[in-house]
Amino acid sequence: MEPVEIIQHSGGVIGVAWLMIALPLLGAAILLLGGRRTDRWGHLLGVVMSLASFAVAVLAFVELLGMSGDQRRREIELFQFIPGMVDMGLLIDPLSIAFALLITGVGSLIHIYSIGYMSHDPGRRRFFSYLNLFVAAMLLLVLADNYVGLYIGWEGVGLASYLLIGFWQHKPSAATAAQKAFIVNRVGDFGLAIGVFLIWTTFGSVAYGPVFQVAGQAEQGVLTAIGLLLLLGACGKSAQLPLQSWLLDAMEGPTPVSALIHAATMVTAGVYLVVRSGAAFFPVGSTAALVVTVVGVATLLAGAIIGTAKDDIKKGLAGSTMSQIGYMMLGAGLGPVGYVFAIGHLITHGFFKANLFLGAGSIMHAMNDEVDMRKYGGLRKLLPVTFVTFFIGYLAIIGFPLLSGYFTKDGIIETAMHHSPVLGWLAVLGAGITGFYMSRMVFMTFFGQKRWAEDAHPHESPAVMTVPLIILSIGSIFLGGYLVLGNTLANWLAPAVGGPEEPIEFHFVTTPGIATLVLVAIGAAFAWMKYGRAEVPVVAPRGSFVTTFARRDLYGDAINESLLMRPGQWLTRLAVFFDNRGVDGVVNGIAAGIGGTSGRLRRIQTGFARSYALSILFGAAVVAGALLLVGNI
Amino acid sequence: MGETITFWVLAVVSVSAALGLVFSRKAVYCALMLGVVMLSLAVLYAVQDAPFLAAVQIIVYTGAVMMLFLFVLMMVGVDSSDSLVETIRGQRFWAMIAGIGFAVLLALAVGQAAIGDPAGVTGANQRAGGNVPALAELIFTRHVFAFEVASALLITAALGAMVLAHRERTRPRPTQKDLAKARFVSGYPGPLPGPGTYARNNAIDMPARLPDGSVSELSVNRVIARHDVEDGRLPDDPELAEAIRQAAAEEEEHNASIAGPKEDR
Amino acid sequence: MTTHYLVLSALLFAIGAVGVLVRRNAIVVFMCVELMLNACNLAFVTFARQHGNLDGQLIAFFVMVVAAAEVVVGLAIIVTIFRTRRSASVDDANLLKY
Repeated sequence: MEPVEIIQHSGGVIGVAWLMIALPLLGAAILLLGGRRTDRWGHLLGVVMSLASFAVAVLAFVELLGMSGDQRRREIELFQFIPGMVDMGLLIDPLSIAFALLITGVGSLIHIYSIGYMSHDPGRRRFFSYLNLFVAAMLLLVLADNYVGLYIGWEGVGLASYLLIGFWQHKPSAATAAQKAFIVNRVGDFGLAIGVFLIWTTFGSVAYGPVFQVAGQAEQGVLTAIGLLLLLGACGKSAQLPLQSWLLDAMEGPTPVSALIHAATMVTAGVYLVVRSGAAFFPVGSTAALVVTVVGVATLLAGAIIGTAKDDIKKGLAGSTMSQIGYMMLGAGLGPVGYVFAIGHLITHGFFKANLFLGAGSIMHAMNDEVDMRKYGGLRKLLPVTFVTFFIGYLAIIGFPLLSGYFTKDGIIETAMHHSPVLGWLAVLGAGITGFYMSRMVFMTFFGQKRWAEDAHPHESPAVMTVPLIILSIGSIFLGGYLVLGNTLANWLAPAVGGPEEPIEFHFVTTPGIATLVLVAIGAAFAWMKYGRAEVPVVAPRGSFVTTFARRDLYGDAINESLLMRPGQWLTRLAVFFDNRGVDGVVNGIAAGIGGTSGRLRRIQTGFARSYALSILFGAAVVAGALLLVGNI
Repeated sequence: MGETITFWVLAVVSVSAALGLVFSRKAVYCALMLGVVMLSLAVLYAVQDAPFLAAVQIIVYTGAVMMLFLFVLMMVGVDSSDSLVETIRGQRFWAMIAGIGFAVLLALAVGQAAIGDPAGVTGANQRAGGNVPALAELIFTRHVFAFEVASALLITAALGAMVLAHRERTRPRPTQKDLAKARFVSGYPGPLPGPGTYARNNAIDMPARLPDGSVSELSVNRVIARHDVEDGRLPDDPELAEAIRQAAAEEEEHNASIAGPKEDR
Repeated sequence: MTTHYLVLSALLFAIGAVGVLVRRNAIVVFMCVELMLNACNLAFVTFARQHGNLDGQLIAFFVMVVAAAEVVVGLAIIVTIFRTRRSASVDDANLLKY
C-alpha cells in the first residue's frame, strides 16, 4: 500500500495549524523579551502556551479523523520562504500529527511538572522560555512540508537543547556538556545540510511531495548518498553510533529537560527523519536501509551495555534512551511494518521514558539532588506514588507482557527476526540486557537498605509533579496495546508512510517473544541477586575490565579524543607553527631584508655634496656614453 | 690664419688658467685664474663674431661677478685656503676618472660628428644692421617673454640676496655709555699700544715694547698674529714670538667661541 | 675650426667639473661652476656661428643673466653659512645625511 496523494488544504483547524508553532514561539518571545517583569507569571504563560498548542493539535487530529483514509494528507501553504526555491508550508498527515500530539501532550505534562521541579530556581522564567522555544522548533521540525523547514526546526531544537543542557551554566560540567552536545550535533547537522543540498540539486525541489514523487527516477548511487547523509544527521540528533557521545553528558541539564528533549522527543527526530524519508531514500533492501538497521542494532547494544554500569540514575536512563532509540532505528530500517512498530515504540517510549525520567527527577527532588543510586535504597515506602509510577515505567520498558513496551518492542524484534535472524537475535539480547539494567536501577533505588546521605530527608513530591507521573504511567500501561492490537497505528499511519500488504497480526506466543521474556527474566533475577538481595556497596567497586569498559561509555570519549581531538590539536599547532614561521617568516623576512638593505644603502647618503656631485657627473658620463653608443649624437 | 693663431694661444692660456683654478691653493689665485679664463673667452667670442657677448662677458663676468667673488672672499677671509688632504676616500681618483672620461666622451662625440664649414653669423648680423641690433631684435620680439622673466629673476635674486645677507639686530645698539663701561670692565681702559713701538723694525705684525721694555701682546692684530703662526713667520726673538703665539691663541679661542662647538666628524 | 672650439669647450667644462669635485672651499667650487657655465657659453657661441643664426648667442646671453642671479644668491648663502659656522668648506655642511 503506497502513501496517498498530498492534498492542498484551507480552512478548518488544520488551516490554522501554524498556531501550534506560533503559540509557543510567542510564549518564548514574550518571556525572553519581557525579562524580569514576567518572572512572576512566566511559568504559567509557558504552560498555557504549551497546552494551547496541544489543544490545536488535538482539534487538528479530530478533524483529520473525520476524513477518509485517502484524504488524510493535507498541506497548507504559509508563505514564500526563498522565492523560487522554498515555499514554506505545513504537512498535516497521520505521521506528523502523531508526533505533534506526542510533543505537545508529553511536553505539556513536563511543563506542568517543571512548575514544581523548578519552583526554587531563580531562572525558572528563562527555563520556561527555552522549553517553549523547544516545543515550537520541534513542531516546526515535524510539521514542515519540506526539508528546509525541517532543517530550521532541526537547528532550533539543537539550539534549545544547547541552552537547556547548559541551563546551569555556572557549573563548568554543564557548560562543557552543552558545548559537547552542540559540537557533536554539528557533525550530524552538516551531514543533513549536505543531504538537503543534494536533494535540491538532484530533484530541483525540497518539498516532500515533489521529491517523493520523483525519487524513484534518480540514480541508485545518488539515492544511497542522500540516504546516508540524512542518516548522519539522524545519528547526530538521535545519539546513535558513532555520534552518541553527547547524550550521556547532556544529563547535566535539569531533569525535565532530560525527560522531554533527551528522552521523549528531540532525540527521536532522527527516527522521524528516517521514517518520513523512508519510502524514498530508505526502501527495504537498499544499502541505506541496511546501514540504518546496523546502526540501530549497534546502538541498542551499546546503550544497553552502558546502562548496566552507570551509578548515576540519569546516566543510566540516558544509556537506556540510546538503546531504545536504537530499537526504533532498527525498526525504521525495516520498511512499512517496521515503521509502524518504530513509531509505536517511539510513542510508547515517549511516555514510559518521560515517566521514568520524571520519576528520577522526583527521587532527586526528594534526595537533595543526589543522583548516585548507591546512595538511594529502600525508598519505596517513602515515595509511594513515585515508586508505583516508576515501577510501571520499568515494567513497560523491559517488555512485561501486556504493557506498552511489550507490544512495540516485541513487534520490532519480530519484524527484525523476519528480516534477518542475526539482527533479530541481537535485538533479543539487547532486551535481555535491558531487563538487567532496569531491574538493577529499581532494586538499587527502591529496595534494599537505606544508604542515604546523612542530611537526606526523603519526602513525596507535590501534586504538580505526581499528577503528570500518574498520567504518563497510565499511558505506559495501555498505549502500546491500544496502538498495536487491531492495527490501529498501522491503519492510521498507512496514508502517510505506506502500509504493509496485509494487516499485521500480533502473535502473543512466538519463539523470539518467549526467548525475550526468558532473557529479561534471567536479567531481572540476576539483578535481584546482585542488587536486591545482596548488599550494595556505597562506593562503587573497581569492577572487571568489562565493567570499566561499560562505565567509560565503551571508550567513546577516548576514541573521539584520540581519533579526532588530538589530531585536531596537532593540526592546529602545525597551522600555528606554519603561520608563525612560514607566513610570518616570509613577511618578516622581507621586511627585515628591506630594512637591512636600506640600513646599508643609506650609508651612501654621506651628507657630502661633493660625493653627490661625483655621482651626478658619473650619471652624465653614462648618459653621454649611451647616447654616443646608440648613435643619436 | 689670424683666428687660428688667436685660438691656439687663447686655448693654451684658458686651459692652463682653468687648471690653475682647480689646482692653486689660495682662493684669490683661483679668482684671478678664473678672470683670465673669462677674458680669454671674451676674446674668443669676439673672434667668433659675437662682439656684444664679448662686451657683456667682460662687463658682467669679469667686471661684476668676479668683483663679487673677490668681495666675498675678502669678507670670509682671503686666507681660507684649502688643506690639500682629501677627506673623502677615493674622491680625487674617481673625480679624475669621471672628468677625463667625460671630456674624452665629449671630444669623441664632437670628433665623430660630421661638421661642415661654419655658416658664420655675418649675414644674420648684417640683416639687422649689426650684431647688437640683431640681438636686440631677437630679444625684444621673439624672446621678449623670456627676457621679462629674466628681469623678474634678477629682481628676485637681488631681494633674495638681501634677505639672506641681512642680519637682524637682536640687542639694542650700544650707546657711548655702554661702550665706555665695557672698556673699563675689560681691565685695560686706555688705548691699545700701537704695533712697532720701540720695535727693532716697523712691521705691523711686530708687537710693541712697553716703556719698561717688556713685550705687549695686545699691540698686535690677532688675525695677523694667527697668519704669522700658520705660515711660520715668527721673529727670532723668543719674547716677541711668544707674544705673537699668545695673540694667535686668543684669536683661535675667539673663533671657536663664535662658531660654537662643531659636531664631531 | 668649429671642432676646435667645441673640444676646447668640452675640456674647460670637464676641468670645471673636476674642480667642483675636488675643491672644498665653497667659493672656489662656485668659481668652478662659473667655469662650466662659461664653457657652455663658448659652445653656444660656436654653434651660433656654425648654424649662421643668432639663437646661440641669445641663449648665451640668457645663461649670463641666470648665472649672474645665481652668483648673487649663491654667494649670499655662502656668507650666511659662513656667519653661522665660521667655515666656507662644503664638507662642513653635512648635517643632512643618514
